[in-house]
Amino acid sequence: MKRLIIAAAAAAVLFGLQAGAVLAAEGKALPERDWSFSGIFGSFDRGAMQRGLQVYREVCSGCHSLRLIAFRNFAALGYSEDEIKALAAEYTVEGGPDQEGEMFERPGLPADRVPSPFPNAKAAAAANNGAVPPDLSLMIKARDGGADYLHALLTGYAEPPDDLEVLEGQNYNLYFPGNMIAMAEPLFEDAVEYGDGTAATVEQMASDVAHFLAWAAEPAMEERKRMGIKVVLFLLVFTAVLFAVKRKVWANLP
Amino acid sequence: MSEFKPTNPVIRWIEHRLPIFSFLDHAVGSEYPTPRNLNYWWNYGSLAGIALMILIITGIMLAMQYTPHQDFAFDSVERIMRDVNYGWLLRYVHMNGGSFFFIVVYIHILRGLYYGSYKEPRELLWIIGVTLLLLMMAAAFLGYVLPWGQLSYWAAKVITNMFTAFPIVGEPIVTWLWGGYTVGNPTLNRFFALHYLIPFVIVGVVMLHIWALHRFGSSNPVGIDANGPQDKIPFHPYYTIKDLFGLGVFLTLFAALVFFAPNMLGETINYVEANPLVTPAHIVPEWYFLPFYAILRSVTFDLWFLSAKLIGVVLMFGSTMILFLVPWLDRSPVRSARFRPWYKWFFWIWVFDCAVLTWVGANPPEPPYLYIGQVGTVWYFSHFLVILPLLSIFEPTKPLPSSIGEPVLKGGGAATATGAASKPMEKA
Repeated sequence: MKRLIIAAAAAAVLFGLQAGAVLAAEGKALPERDWSFSGIFGSFDRGAMQRGLQVYREVCSGCHSLRLIAFRNFAALGYSEDEIKALAAEYTVEGGPDQEGEMFERPGLPADRVPSPFPNAKAAAAANNGAVPPDLSLMIKARDGGADYLHALLTGYAEPPDDLEVLEGQNYNLYFPGNMIAMAEPLFEDAVEYGDGTAATVEQMASDVAHFLAWAAEPAMEERKRMGIKVVLFLLVFTAVLFAVKRKVWANLP
Repeated sequence: MSEFKPTNPVIRWIEHRLPIFSFLDHAVGSEYPTPRNLNYWWNYGSLAGIALMILIITGIMLAMQYTPHQDFAFDSVERIMRDVNYGWLLRYVHMNGGSFFFIVVYIHILRGLYYGSYKEPRELLWIIGVTLLLLMMAAAFLGYVLPWGQLSYWAAKVITNMFTAFPIVGEPIVTWLWGGYTVGNPTLNRFFALHYLIPFVIVGVVMLHIWALHRFGSSNPVGIDANGPQDKIPFHPYYTIKDLFGLGVFLTLFAALVFFAPNMLGETINYVEANPLVTPAHIVPEWYFLPFYAILRSVTFDLWFLSAKLIGVVLMFGSTMILFLVPWLDRSPVRSARFRPWYKWFFWIWVFDCAVLTWVGANPPEPPYLYIGQVGTVWYFSHFLVILPLLSIFEPTKPLPSSIGEPVLKGGGAATATGAASKPMEKA
């Protein structure tokens, strides 16, 4: 048994070592928040995601695209088919070519991706002092700290220290690497009016939009974790059976 | 271990015309005699084979959805993650399967080093194994480029650029590898083609590995040859069930990673699409390459006409290649470290050294990491080039047991360093 434990532990030790080495982060320590989607039983909060979508549409989408998400995906936020159709129709997208070969404008459909604010990166840079606002579809998976980082960043705008000169077009942020971020403080008290009566504090909006983007980065997370629990439970039982069979077989050793 | 006599008429019909069932029975069945004292460290060979199969199957299914083009590769991977049925599962299994393959193979190699499995008459078996490691590394590197994230792109750039360290021929070689003047669409295309090819080459070499293994059979924890049939037991059912149980443990750990922390071993920055104009702050390879990366970066000085870069590249490749020579660097007549009181210590120090190099590789090449990495690199090579040859001469080895079966059957385990042999299933 001792051998067995050592052999099994070897893999685990290797993991711990690697994870620790790789996760060595930089910058100011992030305040860790308790997200409903963390942990192996985690799931997304529909209310928070819907509020987060509202923050994205009314604040972020002026500069940031969400190009990997289609309107149909919003079913996962708890919207009905009709609501999604209505929401998509609020956008205008380019269709065509028609029978005459002309492109035309049409209302959005559920199958359309969320339209981007700029036609290309050059246009985005030209409108934003040369800095391209990154796409938000994968943002939570693309930054160390994930949702914690985004929440900290959005609430991390502060007065710079006296000895620090903040350049034109730059803003001081406690959590951005290097502390100088091109994005101006995006969220202000009551920047949106929530339909469900939740008070739109900066804290609340930052948390909601981080929640929404956590879903956008990994829409299959809930399915993955639910399946994982079943798979791991099955494997634990199955492995125990194999162990019993192994003992039985080896008891007959010649 | 009796002659293979099938009772099923269909099997008998086939067996008469194509003796494939008796072939399998000889290979991994009841007619393959195996030392009776193999412990759980001997599970990792079959686990590596299963990990390879998992990678090939998920890889083929991913290839059906993936687009190897610089404009579409990143998005096609996200398409797999979001719109392909269970695409997220396929991709996470494939991605983490690579890591598990390396964990299993590294443990398999450490077992070989500890118990002296590379010694006469199994030198060629060992050499084929090291070849497999090199092929795996090539496949892993090529595969990491395919999602076309920031680290995919920059890892491809950094690794291929190493060839420029070679004078005169370096530049043309790199242009040839890239298929252009930088890492671009031709590079991605050929990397995909090669990433699909190499696993099947690996399967072929694995067959040679198993062929060579069956010539003399598995080594064993006491490292002495079998005296007679009482020292051996049939592979099936004893080791098939033992390997299956090990597989259960392996799959449980693997599933926990895939379902609950699939991105733990990866770098977040690779979820940003490749951008040739933006260099990431830290370019780090996947964890299984970190010790070699540390060795590459530990050389900071030129030596005569040799550039630091060239020496680093040579040392990095040399750190794996040196494994080819181990059977001749270690001349000790005793195989198992159980009877080599000094080697046992140096083995664990070397394992620790590799862990330190891994840690150094994950950190920036500046003090104190740089100095630690330099010491680690010197120790890494000294272990093979100085310590192993010296131990072969000066180490006082312990007396070997007279047979494999003796300590097991007596239930004493006096000759074995760890664990009593009272229960066969624990002793194994």
